[in-house]
Amino acid sequence: MRIRCPLCGERDRREYYYQGDALALNRPDADTSDHEWDDYVHNRINPVGQTRDLWQHSGGCGAWLIVSRDTVSHEVFSVELAKARQEGTQ
Amino acid sequence: MRLAGKGLIDRNSPIRFSFDGSEIAGYRGDSVASAFLASGRKLIARSFKYHRPRGVMGVGSEEANALITVGSGGETDPNVRATMQEIYDGLEVRSQNRWPSLGFDILAANDLAASFLTAGFYYKTFMWPRAFWEKLYEPVIRRSAGLGKLSGEAGQDRYESAFAFCDVLVIGSGPAGLMAALAAGRSGATVILAEEDNMFGGRLNGDTTSIDGKPGHIWAREVCDALAGMENVRLMPRTAVVGAYDHGTYGALERVGHHLSPTSNVPLECFWRIVAKRTVLAAGAIERPIAFRDNDRPGIMTAGAVRTYVNRYGVAPGQSVTIFCNNDSAYDTARDLTDAGVSVSAIVDSRADGPDFADAEVIRGAVVMGTQGRKALRSATIKTSAGPRQIATDSLAMSGGWNPTVHLTCHLNGRPTWNAEKQCFVPTAGAVPGLVAAGACNGEMTTLGALREGLAAAHVCLDALGLIPAPVSLPQADHAAYRQSPLWTVPGKGRAWLDFQNDVTVKDVQQAARENFVSVEHMKRYTTQGMAPDQGKNSNVAALAVLADATGRGIPETGTTTFRPPFVPVSIAAMGAGGRGKGLLPQRFTTSHDVSVAADAPMDESGLWYRPAYFPIAGETTWRQSCDREVTMVREVVGVCDVSTLGKIDVQGKDAGPFLDLVYSNMMSTVKAGRVRYGLMLREDGHVMDDGTVARLADDHFVITTTTAAAGQVMRHLEFVLQCLHPQMDVSLISTTEQWAQFSVAGPKSRTLLAELLGLDLSNEVFPFMSCRDLEVGGVTGRLFRISFSGELAYEIAVPARYGESLFTRLLEAARTYGGGPYGMEALNVLRIEKGFITHSEIDGRVTAADCGMAGLISKKKDCIGKRMSARPGLSGAHRMQMVGLRSVEATQTINAGSHIFAPSAEITPANDIGYVTSNCFSPALAAHIALGFVVNGTERLGETVLCHDPIRGVSTRCTIAHPVQFDPTGDRGRV
Repeated sequence: MRIRCPLCGERDRREYYYQGDALALNRPDADTSDHEWDDYVHNRINPVGQTRDLWQHSGGCGAWLIVSRDTVSHEVFSVELAKARQEGTQ
Repeated sequence: MRLAGKGLIDRNSPIRFSFDGSEIAGYRGDSVASAFLASGRKLIARSFKYHRPRGVMGVGSEEANALITVGSGGETDPNVRATMQEIYDGLEVRSQNRWPSLGFDILAANDLAASFLTAGFYYKTFMWPRAFWEKLYEPVIRRSAGLGKLSGEAGQDRYESAFAFCDVLVIGSGPAGLMAALAAGRSGATVILAEEDNMFGGRLNGDTTSIDGKPGHIWAREVCDALAGMENVRLMPRTAVVGAYDHGTYGALERVGHHLSPTSNVPLECFWRIVAKRTVLAAGAIERPIAFRDNDRPGIMTAGAVRTYVNRYGVAPGQSVTIFCNNDSAYDTARDLTDAGVSVSAIVDSRADGPDFADAEVIRGAVVMGTQGRKALRSATIKTSAGPRQIATDSLAMSGGWNPTVHLTCHLNGRPTWNAEKQCFVPTAGAVPGLVAAGACNGEMTTLGALREGLAAAHVCLDALGLIPAPVSLPQADHAAYRQSPLWTVPGKGRAWLDFQNDVTVKDVQQAARENFVSVEHMKRYTTQGMAPDQGKNSNVAALAVLADATGRGIPETGTTTFRPPFVPVSIAAMGAGGRGKGLLPQRFTTSHDVSVAADAPMDESGLWYRPAYFPIAGETTWRQSCDREVTMVREVVGVCDVSTLGKIDVQGKDAGPFLDLVYSNMMSTVKAGRVRYGLMLREDGHVMDDGTVARLADDHFVITTTTAAAGQVMRHLEFVLQCLHPQMDVSLISTTEQWAQFSVAGPKSRTLLAELLGLDLSNEVFPFMSCRDLEVGGVTGRLFRISFSGELAYEIAVPARYGESLFTRLLEAARTYGGGPYGMEALNVLRIEKGFITHSEIDGRVTAADCGMAGLISKKKDCIGKRMSARPGLSGAHRMQMVGLRSVEATQTINAGSHIFAPSAEITPANDIGYVTSNCFSPALAAHIALGFVVNGTERLGETVLCHDPIRGVSTRCTIAHPVQFDPTGDRGRV
């Protein structure tokens, strides 16, 4: 499997650390309900098809990446820097 | 028998090798199989289940019969295909799966019991008694049925692995592959041409077809020479592409040293991961055997293999050859044999409209009913329209048509498509993204068609790459249509083999269908058809046809089994090359490693790090003696310990303070420059992640430490918080664990020692507890921290790593003048247990700050990672297990880490389990065995007596629950 790091270029998946669902980006405020915190910390769906995950280029530049891919075809649709995306939303 | 003037072998380079101890002669360019056949031998192996005599059947990696063992001792390589093993002087080959000898094999008796040994025999017979299976049945069965044996010794052979990258990967070098490589190479693409064989050219080396008026093999050599001259083309012979993976990644096995004497200094194999932007699959086709009675006798081969032995190796497989076929391609074999002067007894063609052949009788509409001859073929029985006939023959060349080698196109879960016209499975376009199939593997069986498809495939790739195709003209070549009429089996009595390697016959598949194993996947598992190492290269399609017939379905409705990687067997040693011994776990050494080893310190492993356990001195015979002495030395004088393995992260930037407030539970932004604070880090789920110290070197510059084990995890976590949660913060992070060597100098004399060494005033007034500063030592700028993991007056001194060994040596010299010295991990552990300092033995991922007695370290004035979830009900309170100290009631009795804790009178049952022991030691200062552990509502149970029970070692120890800080509870010693 190959992932194109926006900073380093296309690299083998062995260079990356896989974290999980990109919803980890949306940390709730401290006063949000238990239910929402529970969803943020624990609850994950395991879809057949398209996912949006967080990966880190741990064997390269260290950048955290948002990777959209397909769990069936393994096609990677997009890779973006989490930092750039989060700066844009804040 | 060698044919004069034929073959591509080097007759000027004779080679001798041994087979079961006897010498066989051959030439450079021979395989074991070709040299074996040239020597006139037929019997080369015994079959898997029935121990039937077997000879060479094929010519490439599809060979199902001729499995041999190469080498001896730790370098033994079982199940090598004799067709793939090139010969060299001194090569040692042994036959396998026979006893006492290949010619006389006791277990050939299995063949007489064949009517019992059918599909499912073992499942049905050895059901009862159940206990007999493991002890009796399985060992006996394994001994009688099997292939080659491993030596049981550790292999000494060298293996390598490597990555390669290219624009276009061409798999296979027959006419299609060569044409594709030539067109792609000429157009400027970077090309890798991978060929499983040691020679490029594919079937061109085994056939007599001509291209552009030249013999095919000459044309192939000329194209290869042209490719070898291109800097953008890499030719990889002896390299089988074994698997297709995501995004253009292919696994390939290069046989680097198998054809060379073991004394040559090259690796045996190299496992390649080839990353290709585009791929041309030109893997060719594998000829189908025909299933007729006793079709497995030595001397029966595929027609294409016979042709290759004649044309490439100059070997006649027999003196009188019979051809049995359902298609025109086998007539090439007849022609090449007669051209070489080998007699063809007859061509048995199952079709009524077979072509004419001048030099031998063509028996049309006929089939081979059976064969005779025990260790070598003697005769064949033919069924003709005029009745049965007996033909004396010592060699039979069969061809049931060709199966395109579609394997790689199935590796990403693709299924091949049934082509009814050609009666074969062909690749489904797009099954592997970026891969185009060309030539015989795509169902195109003519030479001209292969050349044309190879060229077209290259153009598809070049187009995708944005490269302009250079003009490459299509050569002239044979384009006679591939005519055949399906013939899978010859009906009749007796056993007709489908899968030669696993001894699976037509009857077995039919029986599977009768017993309702009608799914092809079930049939395969029930009969073992198509199992490793053959993977059904010869038999899958024929077995499918038999199953389809038995179940009244068509072939496409019956389906196909899944072709999985690897295409040919790959040794684990090759796939894991570089991962043996220290390659699997690289060693990380501190800068003081050599000095410690020179001092006879045994090393403890901590992750990849090696750390000294203790430093024995004369007279000490046990680790406890050394450890107790070192602990006392630190408590009473001074000790030096390398603590460089702790993770160090440099945190800089305007927002460094607020950032650390987020990742630590306690407040860090209020730490003043020149000061240090202990810090606790939580996971977002509220449990403790790690702990360490935070030193503020300047307003915008911190250095934090992590535990040795969690250094990587913490760094990743900090990067996550910064990049993903707070990207606007002006903070930079970098790990400096390996850049700084850091030493603890601990004990009452540490201040005097360092003040003298550094020429600094280190009094409490100038440099109080939890201070930090820069310093100069020996002309090098370093750092000094007044922190303590022992509870004693202590410092940690850090210098750039390249000065680590030198500083360590100087610190030891200085310590010794006070009666001190080095201490290791054992003493460090005792010192911290006495003080109740936690490590990952305690914070094992399940404990909260409150469990460790550190609820107060979660600041109420700010948010932090894990704060919200740590406040959940259930994560604190009297029902939780809380950290406590434990002290053995009997002074001599140890407390074992891992023990579970019970009330003294309670029955030892899981329901009565109230806690567990995390760390234990003997405390010289307290003259007692002590421990840390977690006990339900432990903080309220101080003084209670409990039982620490270790069922594994059979030790139960009565202990008193104590405060975790068992030594110097007021902490005065560190602040003097």
